[in-house]
Amino acid sequence: MSTIYILWLRQIKRYLRSRSRIIGSLGQPVLFLFALGFGFGPIFQKAGQGNYIQFLAPGIIAMSILFTSIFNGIEIIWDRQFGFLKETLVAPVSRIEIMLGRTLGGATVAVFQGVIVFGIALLVGFTPISFSGFLLSIIIMILIATLFTALGTAIASVLDDIHGFQLIMNFLIMPLFFLSGALFPLNGLSGVMKVITTIDPLTYGVDGLRGTLVGASHFGLLTDFSVLIIIMVLLLGVGSYLFSKIQI
Amino acid sequence: MNKIQNPKSQNSEQGDNNSENIITVTNLTKRYNGFTAVDNISFEVKKGQIFAFLGPNGAGKTTTIKMLTTLLLPSSGSISLNGFDPKFNQDKVRQSFGIVFQDPSLDDELTAYENLEFHGVLYKVPNAIRKERMEELLKLVELWDKRDLLVKTFSGGMKRRLEIARGLLHHPKIFFLDEPTQGLDPQTRNKMWEYILDLNTKEQITIFFTTHYIEEAEKIAQKVAIIDHGKIVSSGTSDELKKNTKSNTLEEAFLSLTGHEIRTEEANAIEHMRMNRRMWRRG
Repeated sequence: MSTIYILWLRQIKRYLRSRSRIIGSLGQPVLFLFALGFGFGPIFQKAGQGNYIQFLAPGIIAMSILFTSIFNGIEIIWDRQFGFLKETLVAPVSRIEIMLGRTLGGATVAVFQGVIVFGIALLVGFTPISFSGFLLSIIIMILIATLFTALGTAIASVLDDIHGFQLIMNFLIMPLFFLSGALFPLNGLSGVMKVITTIDPLTYGVDGLRGTLVGASHFGLLTDFSVLIIIMVLLLGVGSYLFSKIQI
Repeated sequence: MNKIQNPKSQNSEQGDNNSENIITVTNLTKRYNGFTAVDNISFEVKKGQIFAFLGPNGAGKTTTIKMLTTLLLPSSGSISLNGFDPKFNQDKVRQSFGIVFQDPSLDDELTAYENLEFHGVLYKVPNAIRKERMEELLKLVELWDKRDLLVKTFSGGMKRRLEIARGLLHHPKIFFLDEPTQGLDPQTRNKMWEYILDLNTKEQITIFFTTHYIEEAEKIAQKVAIIDHGKIVSSGTSDELKKNTKSNTLEEAFLSLTGHEIRTEEANAIEHMRMNRRMWRRG
């Protein structure tokens, strides 16, 4: 337990110390909220879909969690590069503990980031339905964060080179976000789009946030929770396995 | 779970079971898809000894250290370290040694103190002992005043000193130092060996080090082994090595044993990345 705790603590300390990172990573969600929220707002309204900010905010919260958690997972590449990973790998502790501590630390940071974006959304006019809904949404945020930090860890474990990062950004993170229903409603989609959004795990995160925060869920909260939990457990398993195979 | 109340006494108990030798390597071989990096080597290091492991680039030094320190599994052969086999008693082996890697391995975003604390928790050094030991070691390497500064503000020499303190925090029986003085000025190098020799006498720690500064090995090591092309080409005291090769200095002996050709070491992806990053940071 102490191993998991100290690795968790390390992630938190690193996060709180890099103020530029905190501010930098808020730039994108704020831009999206403003530009898309106010830009598409009138059309959305005309199409009879209601208030776009109300619809968009959960998607942007999910986006900031997605980005922060995958980056946190991928940070292992930097640890490897700066040699710090070696220090943890020769210690008399199991790799699973190291992986769990790191993942939980990264996920905590991502949830924190999600809550900040939630706060910003409130400022631009987002109104959640209830306080209990907000509390429930935190659980969804924790699931999204853990799931994608584990995914980042898994990727970083097989990637020994930061050059592959651009590839991951363009072919994994961006598609995960854009094809998740964070920006557009899922009902009425057909064909390929429908299939893709259904297999994107972030879709269930966004939907879960929408369900808890604005009370409008496409799949139903039970499905969202179940899918997120199953994929999270799966990715924690895969991440631990790949992490245990890292050779220095 | 927390049996290791006093790692010192527990380890020495184990070490004694294994007569005089604290490290025994027998017919150790490591092959990477077709290439033999370490080829059937055997050697012993005595308890409390200062052992220098020398060789040109790409000779197999780092691969051997990785196998000794549980970072790599041997293809064949056996290792006994403080009475334990890394293959079967990984955690006992890990508890028995401290290491300073060739490249820095500190967390730059943490303070010196936090880096040590992190290490102490990972090695399950009990709280009270940890605090005491951290103070003792930080004072020894003259970083006690700087303990609350972020490591990224440290110079190369300070980082190295901190790594020495960290590697010794859990009272290891064996201390591995992979080119510990690389890139340091002569003053710092001198000081570093002073600390290390001090610990060797005070705490009876066995020192296993590699270096490209052959004169350091000549001055400090009680036993020297020279590895080349994955094989140990000679070993003994530096006087023996000089005598066998009719050389005046260990460096001459080294060159006559390993030849004068320049060696290249193929850098892997991570090393490339490190180099890129270094250039990047300088600019």
